[in-house]
Amino acid sequence: MKVLLSWLQEFAPVDGDPADIGDQLSALGLAIESMSVVGEGLDGIVVARVLEVGPHPDADRIQLVQVDAGDGEALQICCGAFNMSVGDLVPLATLGTVMPDGMEIARRKMRGEWSNGMLCSPTEIAMGDDHDGILLLDGSLEVGRPLAEAMGLASDVLFDLEVNPNRPDAMSVAGVARDLAACQGVPFTLPSPNVAESGSDAAERLSVEILDPVLCGRFVARVLDGITIGSSPAWMANRLTSLGMRPINSVVDVSNYVMLELGQPSHTYDLDMVAGSAFRVRRALPGETLVTLDGVERTLTEADGVVADAADTAIGIAGVMGGASTEIHDGTSSVALEMAWWDPMSIATSARRLGLRSEASARFEKGADPEVADLAMRRFAQLLGETGASLAPGTVDVRGDTPVRESIRVRTDRVNRILGTDLSRDRIAELLDSIEFATRPADDDLDVVVPSFRPDSATEIDVIEEVARIHGYGAIERTTPRSTITGSLTQRQLDRRTVRTAMIGMGLDEVMPIPFLAPGDLARAGLKVDGITVTNPLVAEESVMRASLRPGLLATLAYNASHRMSGLGIFEVGHVYRQPDQPQPLPDEREYLAVALAGRDATDAVGVWSALADALAARDYTLVADDPAGLHPTRTARIDVAGVVVGHVGEVDPGVLAAFDVPERVAWLEVDLETLLGLPHGEKPYGSVSRYPSSDIDLAFEVDDDVPAAEVEQRLRGAAGDLLVDLSLFDVFRGAPVGEGRRSLAFTLRFQADDRTLTDSEVSQVRQACIDAVEGNLPANLRA
Amino acid sequence: MELDLEKHLAEAAASIEDAADLDALSEVDTALLGKKSAVTAAKRGLGDLEPDQRREMGGRLNEARATIEGLVASRRTELEAAARVVRLEAERMDLTEADRGRRLGHRHVVTQTWDRLEDLFVGMGYTVAEGPEIEDEWHNFGALNFPLGHPARDMYDTLYVDYGEPQSTLLRTHTSPVQIRVMEAGEPPFYSIMPGRVFRSDTADATHMPVFHQLEALVVDRDITFGDLAGTLEAFTTAYFGEGFTTRLRPSYFPFTEPSAEFDVQRPDGSWLELGGCGMVHPEVLRAGGLDPEEWSGFAFGFGLDRLALMRHGIDDLRELFRNDHRFLSQF
Repeated sequence: MKVLLSWLQEFAPVDGDPADIGDQLSALGLAIESMSVVGEGLDGIVVARVLEVGPHPDADRIQLVQVDAGDGEALQICCGAFNMSVGDLVPLATLGTVMPDGMEIARRKMRGEWSNGMLCSPTEIAMGDDHDGILLLDGSLEVGRPLAEAMGLASDVLFDLEVNPNRPDAMSVAGVARDLAACQGVPFTLPSPNVAESGSDAAERLSVEILDPVLCGRFVARVLDGITIGSSPAWMANRLTSLGMRPINSVVDVSNYVMLELGQPSHTYDLDMVAGSAFRVRRALPGETLVTLDGVERTLTEADGVVADAADTAIGIAGVMGGASTEIHDGTSSVALEMAWWDPMSIATSARRLGLRSEASARFEKGADPEVADLAMRRFAQLLGETGASLAPGTVDVRGDTPVRESIRVRTDRVNRILGTDLSRDRIAELLDSIEFATRPADDDLDVVVPSFRPDSATEIDVIEEVARIHGYGAIERTTPRSTITGSLTQRQLDRRTVRTAMIGMGLDEVMPIPFLAPGDLARAGLKVDGITVTNPLVAEESVMRASLRPGLLATLAYNASHRMSGLGIFEVGHVYRQPDQPQPLPDEREYLAVALAGRDATDAVGVWSALADALAARDYTLVADDPAGLHPTRTARIDVAGVVVGHVGEVDPGVLAAFDVPERVAWLEVDLETLLGLPHGEKPYGSVSRYPSSDIDLAFEVDDDVPAAEVEQRLRGAAGDLLVDLSLFDVFRGAPVGEGRRSLAFTLRFQADDRTLTDSEVSQVRQACIDAVEGNLPANLRA
Repeated sequence: MELDLEKHLAEAAASIEDAADLDALSEVDTALLGKKSAVTAAKRGLGDLEPDQRREMGGRLNEARATIEGLVASRRTELEAAARVVRLEAERMDLTEADRGRRLGHRHVVTQTWDRLEDLFVGMGYTVAEGPEIEDEWHNFGALNFPLGHPARDMYDTLYVDYGEPQSTLLRTHTSPVQIRVMEAGEPPFYSIMPGRVFRSDTADATHMPVFHQLEALVVDRDITFGDLAGTLEAFTTAYFGEGFTTRLRPSYFPFTEPSAEFDVQRPDGSWLELGGCGMVHPEVLRAGGLDPEEWSGFAFGFGLDRLALMRHGIDDLRELFRNDHRFLSQF
């Protein structure tokens, strides 16, 4: 919402430095998006007439314009805009003019052609947002006169305010002035124009019937005679332009002016064109059609409201757009003026459905003031009266349902307990009275009736907010409550940090791909799961929620590889979303860790897993050869912790890598953190460190290839018993002299007792037990 | 045979001096002091001498032996030092060759900011709460005082998912539903922050992403006031941004708080940063969380986490956070 300081001042003697007023508006919740001084810095800008328009011989984007700056001579200007025609009046910045942005206009050559000034766009002279074309001036202005003088522009301040959706009252100049007056402690007055009435009574000339009282809370109609459609006076056109509305004609401009000023939209009908002069408000019939003002035939549904005539033919879409059949035109003599209050929800639905959101519908859908129509009618008639229109006596005012305004008990103690203030009942009353909330003492408290223009305020807490707003948020003393609990992270959150720290420690970079996938991405990653689909995706590439972190990490590797960054080690900790096995209120959403090591093989992935298992003290795990979809069928293992599957480790299937354009081998680890961190882990019980010497033995076995090393290790551990303190596989060897289909696995075992030095015979006994356990149970024999 | 000790010592000294390395010295040592050495032989012949002579000769032989031992030891020290120099010289390394720029991995900037904020709030006595990213309509809107069809729902460009009834399940548009989950899961007082990932139907540009992160805070206790909210934001701002940063609150509108405010941070140079939204928890929201608004009151505030990450490192494009370019990731 834009407002001019001069317009605000018509309602209240608000004053002050523009920057201070801006701060006050912000503090009232009317955030300043921008603030500019208008009508200043226009010295040197004159009204000029376009005499001739022609191409620049040496530039496509510039044309040569000959203008008359008042002396009847042609003056050549090079201009980058193309929206003017011969005869148009345009603002010309003459040589020597200093523009509002500080640029000085000088005579200069553009591509070999002289330019003797500059034609100005609305933005360049702070008269609007349009910077695409030259401002085309009212044709009645005098050529050669200074622009400010010709247009009657006075220095003013334009505030562009961001109005919150709960403040429809602030979508009017009067509403903003009311708040600002309360803030400055000056009186606020609404004008009450007295308009002479003449002609026959409106009640005899039209009728109104509300068939749907929910849709229409109030329908007020009056009649204006002697309409002539012309252009608006300059002052009105200037104000409309400043507030971002294009002047159209005297009737439309008055309608817009009243809407901007008082917040009440209106609609005018050519009264002679309304069959039976009847206005019947009802829901549209499914499939009912209507040609709207813009000439488009609209097909309506029951979601739309219509105003119909005596023949029950729709002549306008309620609160959204009028119909073409009753549109006023040059031959119109009498108009029916409608000012209605429409149900916000109905208008919101209808305007959105039809794609016809306007300044008017925006006000209706946020909740207009149902009681401002009488004043707005008179204001309309007063303004249009300047063009010779006259107001007929009589008002046809029919009511449906409007919000009930009940008195609200506002407890003084409650106000202070919520705000942390120490306001007296009477001070609260004063604050509320300043914005026309009617207060009546009720013992220590207040009974408050909220004015009709504040549909947002309906409960005690709403009123408390108003008290805070007018008292000033900045005036409330700041206190800091001391937390009454102990701040901490949960074990799960600590574990998540441990996971990330372990990954970082292994040199892996954390990535954060967006969790949206394109249809087919999961299948491309070899996964046989369906992602949860997005109902209303912005683009198809973002229409599936990831059921796995794999597509995101592979796409990341592919992206980097395509930018000559290979051999990356990356990880992600993030949620995946899946259809649950059993019906449940929400999808199965769980946190996963995934690791991708480009250019490396499964060995490195297993290394990452074992380091992670160490970091989380999840020691009771086994790796079991597995071939889940999308992973390398002969280089992948399932990770079981305490007998529960927590993930997979190995490599990505080469076919999947090709599908993702990843040019390198990729080692892979994925861990379901939801499951893993739910299993016993993190326990680090103390085991005493023996003070006695230890004995090491090495054992190398030739073992069939299909027997996992883990199985040999398990046998060794079983046989070695409590004396074993360390065991590691230190060498794997294939080839002669080891037989075909076998390999040599060399283990080192360290034995130690807590209470004595082991004797040679003890060590050799346990060594033999180890050998027997392996040779006796597995296709393996000790190498000599 | 009588040994000419003077001469022998002179010859011994010369041969010790001549020993070029430790092996040679060891041979010389054996020759001069070993079983077959002249000194040993002379000592063996002492028994044939008269007691007086024996005593005198014995003394001289011991002296000679000690002298030779001393010479050998001193030569050994010299040779060992020389050998050490040779050995170590052979091990000489150019350590500038060794610097291969080995690095730890890099925590994502969003995670770094997230962790930093968590630590800060834990220090202020808060816990960290979490909730699902795919939410139901009730937690995201209904419980937060957005009735069905409420125009304020339009403030959020909501992405719905095909799950359950149409429009019943959505990608949470803010972290605020976790407020309700916190209230449902426990008993007040609550001092919690809720960092998390949120979604909007936004086309990606330098300041918008369809996926981004927020941090929400919820305090519910007895007699919590708007003044407490303002003071807490001030304390947080000073702790996170540093001394000289202050805050201001401006009236605003959110269905789930009332009074509602925008909170802005003022930098020491006087410029303002619009950081987030806040307010007193709306009585209807407390009720939706199963609490009596006459007994408990609270405040909530929330802000974009990614933007803090961008600001910290001077990153000018939000999209960089999610592009995962190694040249970007490895900077932080």
